[in-house]
Amino acid sequence: MKKVLDEGKLILIAIPVLIWTLLPIYHLFVLSISTQESMLAGRLWPEKPTLQNFQIVFNQQHYYLTNFWLQLFNSFLIAIATGLLTLFIATCAAFAISRLKAPGGRSIMNFALATYLIPAAFLAIPMYKAMGTFGLLNTRIALILAMVALASPYAIWVLKQASDKLPKELDEAAIMDGANSLQLFRLVYLPLMKPSMVVIGIYALLLAWNEYLYAFLLLSSERAVPLAVGLGLFLSADDAPWNLLMTAGLIYAIPPAVIYYGFRKNMVSGLTAGAVKS
Amino acid sequence: MTTAAMAPPAMASSDATSGQARDRVFWGVLMLAPYLLVFAVMVVYPVAYGLWLGLNWQSYKALFADPIFVRTLVNTVVFLFIAVNLKFLMALFLSGFFVQQRAWVRFMLVLFILPWAVPSIPTILSFRVMLNPENGMINQQLFHWFGIVEGPGWLTDPTLAFASSILVHIWKSLPFWTLILVTGRLAIAQDLYEAASVDGANKWQQFRFITWPSLATLYVTSTLLSMIWTLGDFNSVYLLTGGGPGDLNHVLATLGIRYMRNNNLDLGIASIICAMPLILPMVWFMVKRLSKGAE
Repeated sequence: MKKVLDEGKLILIAIPVLIWTLLPIYHLFVLSISTQESMLAGRLWPEKPTLQNFQIVFNQQHYYLTNFWLQLFNSFLIAIATGLLTLFIATCAAFAISRLKAPGGRSIMNFALATYLIPAAFLAIPMYKAMGTFGLLNTRIALILAMVALASPYAIWVLKQASDKLPKELDEAAIMDGANSLQLFRLVYLPLMKPSMVVIGIYALLLAWNEYLYAFLLLSSERAVPLAVGLGLFLSADDAPWNLLMTAGLIYAIPPAVIYYGFRKNMVSGLTAGAVKS
Repeated sequence: MTTAAMAPPAMASSDATSGQARDRVFWGVLMLAPYLLVFAVMVVYPVAYGLWLGLNWQSYKALFADPIFVRTLVNTVVFLFIAVNLKFLMALFLSGFFVQQRAWVRFMLVLFILPWAVPSIPTILSFRVMLNPENGMINQQLFHWFGIVEGPGWLTDPTLAFASSILVHIWKSLPFWTLILVTGRLAIAQDLYEAASVDGANKWQQFRFITWPSLATLYVTSTLLSMIWTLGDFNSVYLLTGGGPGDLNHVLATLGIRYMRNNNLDLGIASIICAMPLILPMVWFMVKRLSKGAE
């Protein structure tokens, strides 16, 4: 009896939590299969579910969607470039700080941490001005560089912590065998760091894919912006076709969600362990 | 070469060591170089440039004369206080739910982290459409079930719009912090609870004397980190209401952009600099804490 009661209590908590969590996502999905009329009627389930919206989006048959494929491509390009560049920079830096004990490594780590902690929204305008003086405004390179700068500090920190956990004896043994620093990096460090590197690569990739503010500040032409900003363009009109917006938004949300759930075990432990360790 | 060959063995080995040391320093500096370059170009230079632009005393006068700015300061503090506390009370409660060892609860956790796993732009826009006072699903359903002809102006009434932004912010960040606290709870030794229940402690006493003391440090660190991130939440406000209606609902994270879009860059920079006394102490504290934890 007590067991049933306990289960009942848990279910009473579970139902509102599930509604709260899923409602906006459900709404996104419902609108993506709704016609304009049933959307405006605010139905919980469309009268005649349709895939027509997807057809319109894929064929770019609406004013707001003229550059859908190009913007989707931009999103991929920017995310992958950010992921790879961040991975390269952070892996090298973490190796230098953690294994080679490079001079000044500790202070660099602290500066990087401070950059990570200062909210990106407050660095956006200075970075925008700086990009202007570099003449990089409205180029995808500007956004990639900005995202690398934002992703690297945390990446270095997580990789450094993972690297600190590798036994010192490995390095000593390799050095005894006459390995130089570069060989140590390639033959000992990289193979052992692979799991953390996967997590960090994905972290940077998702950060760039999900970014809105920097993308919309640094890029202005509709052909240069990633899909995130493309979606934001729908906001410029009050009577925008919300169902098309939600359809494009659903397509935009799927790749990161798939990656996230594909690597869920690694992501949750890797990122939460790094995020709060007191 | 020849000197090394002639030198006594001890010398040769110290030569090799210093050669190795030089090799380490060389590669250490070289491998730090890419990050230092990015840091210098993308962080140090922009910040210095921003500070230099911020030296204009006039813009601070203009800033404090702007009623929107003063309103924004108040908004930011209120947003921070309500969002962080509400989020953590919910996370604390829900972490107690999600540590239950049941298959369906564990499955629910997978669904529960969706808001965190899905990018925020489509979901915030989904909220925006859903909360639309005229055609949004919420008000249409209120009409359908309860006959409410004019539903609440979720995004048009200043107070409600502000509350909606807080709600969206919590929706997005709650899963992450719940997960953190779940991890914290799972680290508590189970036999403590068994011993306590043998001694007749009730659920509240178990929470008060076992769970809370074990979680307190994590809770405080997390709260602080979440405060910093909440301060920087641009999307929940900007994409949901655009800081509106009537620019009444800006927070410091969105105000700079508003000034910039009004071609008032100096005020934008000044408003960011004004946010620093709020942010930097927290950042400094967290850097100390995190770098100590990393040792």
